[in-house]
This record gives sequence, C-alpha cells and structure tokens, in this order.
Amino acid sequence: MGNGTQIGRVRGLGSAKEGAHHWIAQRLTAIGNLLLMLWFIGSLLVMPDLSYASVSQWLSSPLAAVPMILLLVSTCWHLRLGLQVFIEDYVHEASGKLPLLILLNFYAIGAAALGTFAVLKLAFTGAAA
Amino acid sequence: MAGANRPLSPHLQIWKWGPAMAASIAHRATGTILALVGIPVLVWWLLAAAAGAESYGTFRTWVIDAGEAGGLAVLTTILFKLAAIVVAWSFFQHMLSGLRHLVLDMGAGYELKANRTVALLTFVGSIILTLLLVAFVAMRGLGS
Repeated sequence: MGNGTQIGRVRGLGSAKEGAHHWIAQRLTAIGNLLLMLWFIGSLLVMPDLSYASVSQWLSSPLAAVPMILLLVSTCWHLRLGLQVFIEDYVHEASGKLPLLILLNFYAIGAAALGTFAVLKLAFTGAAA
Repeated sequence: MAGANRPLSPHLQIWKWGPAMAASIAHRATGTILALVGIPVLVWWLLAAAAGAESYGTFRTWVIDAGEAGGLAVLTTILFKLAAIVVAWSFFQHMLSGLRHLVLDMGAGYELKANRTVALLTFVGSIILTLLLVAFVAMRGLGS
C-alpha cells in the first residue's frame, strides 16, 4: 500500500491483482501440453484399434502411463490458469467471481485426480489378459 | 492501490474485427472448448478403461460406435463424432495461435503485415490439420 513509490502505485492493479507467476506457469504448461499432446495424438493414431484390449494394454505400460499422467497434470493446470483469466475478464462482479474461481479449482484438480487415478489403476492392477 | 473503477478488458463490441483480434478471441474460445468438452471426454475414457471391459464397452457404445445398441446411442455417437471434429479443430487452432503467442511474447512478429499473415495462417493451418486428422482416422477405421 504505497502512496509514494512507483512500485506501490502499480501493485494490485488489473482484474487479477497479480500476475508474473501466473504468466510464466501458463507458458511452461503450454510447452508441456504441446509435447504431450503431440505424443498422445501420435500414439492414438498408431494404435491398431481403440478396443478395450488395445487401450488397456497400452495404458498399463509405464511409457504410456507416465506421459498420460503428466498430460493430465499439464493440461488441467493450464486450463485452470486459462479459465481463471477468462473468469476474471468477463465476470465483473466480485460476488460471482469468487464462487466461479472456487468451482474452477475443484473442476481442474478433480479432473486431473480422476484421470490420474484411472491411469494408475490400469498401470498397477494390469490390463485384463 | 489505485482506484477501484479502472477499465477491465476486453471490450469485444467496440473493437474492429481483424485477423489478429480474431486469432486472439479464437484462442480463448478454443481453449474453453478444450477445457470443458475435451478434458471431460478424455477423463471419461480413462475411467471407462480403468473400470474394465464392460464399462469400456458402454463408453464405446455411447461415444464411438453404437454397434447393435441402436436407438439413442446412434444419435449420441453422431453427436460425439461432430464434437470430436470441433475439439480436434479447437486443439489445432489453440496450438497454432498458442505458438504465435510464444513468438509474440519474445517481442517478435509485431510488424503489421507479418502479424496479420501469421494470424491468418493459424486458421488455415488448423483447418488443414483437422482435415488431415479426420482423413487419417477414417482411413485407419479408428472411428468405429
């Protein structure tokens, strides 16, 4: 709360009230998303088919399960950051903003957790023979 | 802290439409589609696979191929195929305009002509990549 220094006058402005860490994390996860999504699309395209046997066997391998978990974390983190800005920009009333931001956090973390659990279950309990 | 009534971005109604502005708003729109349609289907698919052959079969019947189920599943598989095309286009558009943003972040690509051309190319590229993907999936028979 400065009333004299230049940094004090600009701190806390804008609809998010902060920013640099958010900005960097958005770009870092973007690069992660790019690599992991290209891996994911490539893997889907070379699968023999999308049957239960093919998919569960593929996901039970460490070299598919680990990137898939990383993909879930990277994309859900990225979408949390992205939709946060969306809400901050378009929802102008503070009374609507806070509940939506809470909901967004639950959505992003919930989706990543559900997906990760599913992959781990396949990886640890093994695919049906 | 400055005054509370500072202007907030963005004001779509008062901006003149151009390629750069279209690429920017398309980036937001496609990101939202990926977050709210793409991710839930991906998580559903993983959960179905983790729950076993029967659950995975249910997912396949409603999303990928109705098979002998018929009825409502025929309708939902068609809707999911349309959604898959929209999500695929959204991904490629978001990827290309995201790469454009990474270049802009480095302070490059602001020359008027280059900026306009690259903004337009994100749309051309995303449509071409979507068509290639759809053609490849159809050719491999992965959509059934």
